[in-house]
Amino acid sequence: MKPVTRIHSRTAVLLDENIDTDRIIPARFLTTTERAGLGKFCFNDWRYRQDGSDNPDFPLNKPEAKGCSILVAGRNFGCGSSREHAPWALLDYGIQAVLCSEIADIFRGNALKNGLLAIVLDEAEHRWLLKNPGIELSIDVREQAIELPDGGRIRFQLEPFARHCLLNGVDQLGFLLQHNDAITHYEQIQEKAA
Amino acid sequence: MSARTLFEKIWDAHVVAPESADTPAVLYIDLHLVHEVTSPQAFSELRSRGLKLRRPDRTLATLDHSTPTLPAAANGERPYANAEAKAQVAQLEANCREFGVQLYGWDSSDRGIVHVIGPELGATQPGMTIVCGDSHTSTHGAFGALAFGIGTTEVGHVMATQCLLQRKAKTFAIHVDGKLPRGVGAKDLILHIIGEIGVDGGTGYVLEYRGEAIEALSMEERMTVCNMSIEAGARAGLIAPDETTFAWLKGRPRAPQGAAWDAAVQRWRGLRSDDGAKYDREVRIDASQIRPTVTYGTHPGMAIAMDQPVPAARNAVEQRALDYMQAKANQPMQGMAVDVVFIGSCTNSRLSDLREAANVMRGHHVAKGVRMLVVPGSEAVRRDAEEEGLHEVFLAAGAEWRIPGCSMCIAMNGDLAQPGQLVVSTSNRNFEGRQGKGARTVLASPATAAASAIAGAIADPREYLTEVAA
Repeated sequence: MKPVTRIHSRTAVLLDENIDTDRIIPARFLTTTERAGLGKFCFNDWRYRQDGSDNPDFPLNKPEAKGCSILVAGRNFGCGSSREHAPWALLDYGIQAVLCSEIADIFRGNALKNGLLAIVLDEAEHRWLLKNPGIELSIDVREQAIELPDGGRIRFQLEPFARHCLLNGVDQLGFLLQHNDAITHYEQIQEKAA
Repeated sequence: MSARTLFEKIWDAHVVAPESADTPAVLYIDLHLVHEVTSPQAFSELRSRGLKLRRPDRTLATLDHSTPTLPAAANGERPYANAEAKAQVAQLEANCREFGVQLYGWDSSDRGIVHVIGPELGATQPGMTIVCGDSHTSTHGAFGALAFGIGTTEVGHVMATQCLLQRKAKTFAIHVDGKLPRGVGAKDLILHIIGEIGVDGGTGYVLEYRGEAIEALSMEERMTVCNMSIEAGARAGLIAPDETTFAWLKGRPRAPQGAAWDAAVQRWRGLRSDDGAKYDREVRIDASQIRPTVTYGTHPGMAIAMDQPVPAARNAVEQRALDYMQAKANQPMQGMAVDVVFIGSCTNSRLSDLREAANVMRGHHVAKGVRMLVVPGSEAVRRDAEEEGLHEVFLAAGAEWRIPGCSMCIAMNGDLAQPGQLVVSTSNRNFEGRQGKGARTVLASPATAAASAIAGAIADPREYLTEVAA
């Protein structure tokens, strides 16, 4: 994973609550054996009309949302399945951060492991961001702060290990493999007990 | 030691390295279940790093999501939805050969939905930690196992190290008092619970279902309840193992045998929350008040008794959900016209589910214009059902009897509904487009699904139950 330290972008807003992983990427696109190239299916059934053309009612298709890499979404984003294809699709589509008052557990874990900032905010701050689409934000991972255009800051919580991995581009599998001796020891104790 | 919950006991027994402020715990995983959709990229990761799969003996694979439910042609060719689905299945077959993983594949008489076959084989056991790249791994919590869904990166972690980096979850006790009324089952119960606590009520928690009504459930019913824990946002749901659990597991191929069985049962009896153990959150539910329950919106938390009026939308998001479903505020869901009925999925495709549906269907016919699909959860369920003649009940009623797989629950194998069609489904998700673009899903029990197929509209199964015991 490449280090993620700072993301600067205007925001795009999806007001809907409970945007589930089937809406992020419908299951019929999960027959791939690759990680790459899923952006074209991101929000597929919402983003395109029946004839395959862009749906002008989909908020991220609006001209002002083009190029935005910070998504502010309604409460409980990413609920549903464990498919990591959801963060893969969002990243490939150009989203680098999701801001929300609540993010589903499995999606949040998957997102952070791929360098997609899944950030949980207080309800008041979340509500304000939902009402103010298109503002310029700068997300500072080290400081755990979102800088607003007027110089104000929104602080956020980030699990310390996830933050460390984001800042340093740490490979979590490499970290786990360092525990090999402890794992072997654990297995030996279990086998003796059985 | 202070009083501990069941979750804490299982957690403590699997810590390889404890968590600290800076790092999560390294948690040992006893059983890793693998299927074709969420594993290929993890196998690729292993290959590119030159790593072996650490414990093939703790890994079990099957084919279920992308697999057709119509039989192979005479030449052996299977009717895959597309070439990519076929290639994905072939990829898992190749990966299992290369990494030495036992695959319950097309040639296996035990193949089936991953969360159906794990328990059937006796691979799922109390006190275990179990993971799979699938959110409905929570199903296995019915046996008192800590079981949860993981993403593909974590699938790779478990393959390489048999461990995961985890922060300890909070605990949430769901006490279910009283008895479920006749004709009201486990599916009605869990839909009711999710309706009460909300689609995100369990986020950050491991649920523990307990109380009189839970203890009275069969293992199949407990699996239905735990299966849908994730629909309330909880990664895992647990039920303490008891005599019902032990009787169900005894003699299964991967369960301990002989003296090892007795020792295991002895150990498993300790797997219950201690008196005085503290939960982070608790609710009480009265089982006796639950009626046949269905969903009316576009997430599983939008659930009500079918004879109860649909609540008016409180905001634009809820209004959009009602509009999508073509549900009318202040009118009950009962009576809404049905196009498709699906009986299957890891929630409700076991033998008891098929019996429940057949008991309603016997002597009746699917309403004109309604398509009904019955998809058993595994080859074992299919065999048992056919031995009992359940398939004949469904076929005589005009339903289709398919071969096992996830089918129309996730609708990625070609089994899907058309835009606008209303599906009464025994599966677990009623998200927009889940069962096909524009398809409208109403989640229900097998009995309700069967009654609705007969009536051609959402119907109360109790009207069709004459001599069957509750």
